[in-house]
Amino acid sequence: MVRSQRWKGAAFTVPFQLGFVFLYLIPIGYAVYESLYRSQSSGLGLGGTTDEFSGLANYRQGLADSAFLGSVFRVLLFACVQIPVMLLVSLLLALFLDTLASRAAGRFRVLLLVPYMIPGVVAAIVWINLYSPDVGPLTPLGKVFGLTWNFFAPSMVWPAIGNLLTWHGIGYNMVIIYSALQGVPRELFEAARLDGASERRIALSIKVPYVRGALVLTGMLSIIQMLQLFNEPALFRNVTPQTVSDDFTPIMVIYNQAFNAGNYHYAAALSVLLALILGVASFLFYRLTSKEAD
Amino acid sequence: MALIEERTRTGPVRRIGKPDPAARSRGGQRFLLVGLVLAAAYSLFPVWWLLVAATKDRTALYQSNGLWFSGWHLWSNLHQVFTYENGIFLRWTANSFLYAGVGSLGGTLVALATGYGLARFDFPGRGLVFACVVGSFLVPIALLTLPLYLLFSKIGLVDTPWAMLIPCLVNPFSVYLAKVYTEATVPYELLEAARIDGAGEPRIFFSIVLRMMTTGGATVFLLAFVNTWNAFFLPLTVLRGEENWTLNLGLYNWSGKRLESGVDLTGLVLTGALLSIVPMAVMMVAMRRYWRTGVTLGALK
Repeated sequence: MVRSQRWKGAAFTVPFQLGFVFLYLIPIGYAVYESLYRSQSSGLGLGGTTDEFSGLANYRQGLADSAFLGSVFRVLLFACVQIPVMLLVSLLLALFLDTLASRAAGRFRVLLLVPYMIPGVVAAIVWINLYSPDVGPLTPLGKVFGLTWNFFAPSMVWPAIGNLLTWHGIGYNMVIIYSALQGVPRELFEAARLDGASERRIALSIKVPYVRGALVLTGMLSIIQMLQLFNEPALFRNVTPQTVSDDFTPIMVIYNQAFNAGNYHYAAALSVLLALILGVASFLFYRLTSKEAD
Repeated sequence: MALIEERTRTGPVRRIGKPDPAARSRGGQRFLLVGLVLAAAYSLFPVWWLLVAATKDRTALYQSNGLWFSGWHLWSNLHQVFTYENGIFLRWTANSFLYAGVGSLGGTLVALATGYGLARFDFPGRGLVFACVVGSFLVPIALLTLPLYLLFSKIGLVDTPWAMLIPCLVNPFSVYLAKVYTEATVPYELLEAARIDGAGEPRIFFSIVLRMMTTGGATVFLLAFVNTWNAFFLPLTVLRGEENWTLNLGLYNWSGKRLESGVDLTGLVLTGALLSIVPMAVMMVAMRRYWRTGVTLGALK
């Protein structure tokens, strides 16, 4: 390729590069910079505040902050339950779809994708009202079966959010796993059938190992999403502030520090910490799942 | 892209090599169907409930069976939503369309140019640019949004439409998709031929490449639009006054009114929620060919 032409090619990427610098690199750098300072009130608390360099003090505080650490463990623990359940259901549905004739599979796929079309905030609003003891149909339904459940009770709030996330996520994850299934060479099934393998055996021994990659990917995306959980608990908090505290998830802690406590420096340090935790969690998950493959 | 080709390739093959019916038990088949029907019912019933709830007046909402109609008050509910507080809901709708529409259009153009540059030119630093694209998938929103808020407030952009529009211009996932699409649809030979005919690089991009990438561009636009329409954390952070809010922010605010000030807006929230789904549903149905490939392509990242 001619030299000048190469540079013309680079020119096409200049708008993105500029945007990346201004919307990614500078903000991240600024967050790191802010996290190294603390505001100190000057004088007898009468004057304004000045920022003073404090090194890693904000990070030390963050690593000892029980509200922040508690929120991280809360979502991680929740992730350990909700993500496997959601992925298992998605995998089962994808396997079911895969055995249907293509036309019927297409119809079911559209129906199962309906929740994915609904904005997350709206999905949360709908489910919160379904759970609501005032307007929701689930409370009278429970009474029919002799159950008096209260979805806004502290013990039920995670299952309630978990169900909402599962409902919202099944379709998307199923589609990814289903497209991976389409890549399995069909000859393999014929060969296995000739050898007398049952459909269940084919699913377990051929199809599931084949879509491993898709499962790892959807798992990874779900973990990244879960650590950043915000919208759903924020909307739950609107209705039941006594069960969903304002430090329920890491992002809620950060948001509060920044906008309610006005402590931007500390919030910046926490968001850097969260990014590191996210990186470590994805890395560990990746290592763990790729090791099993060997 | 390989995935899409794979699907079209295996499609007809599957039909010919239909599995031997004898190999599959009737009971097993029925079990699968029941499972799928249950899953479909689970997926659909909340939407059905929302639809029914939007047609009820206050009393019926609180007292009648949630899964079936009781009276028909859809029009008066719509009237209420659109006239509440001088029609603020319409304002929010217009804002959502503005941010998602204009923001995604700009973002798509930037992404297509970048994707084309990355896919079809071998310039120094190309690997680095691509590494930035992929690396940014892992950056949590809080780490970006918080400092963006601080920087925007320094230059007076907080609480203006620009605070929503500017971040839309750079969407790494769109760039990634645009690169994949360029690789699949724009042949080197064609570019060479155009160059030999004396067309300049900008002209090649604007009058040949963009035209060839309408399908890819539509997918990128659609996904970016949905993303911005659904955004919550960014608008919550950078928009303050309610005249700049998005639909999501407005609905969030309405749903909190009951505990905040004792005004129960549940009926309005539900009708509004239903309305905010409509543009999504229309777009997704009209462009389903595009977004399906987009969703599966997302799997390749």
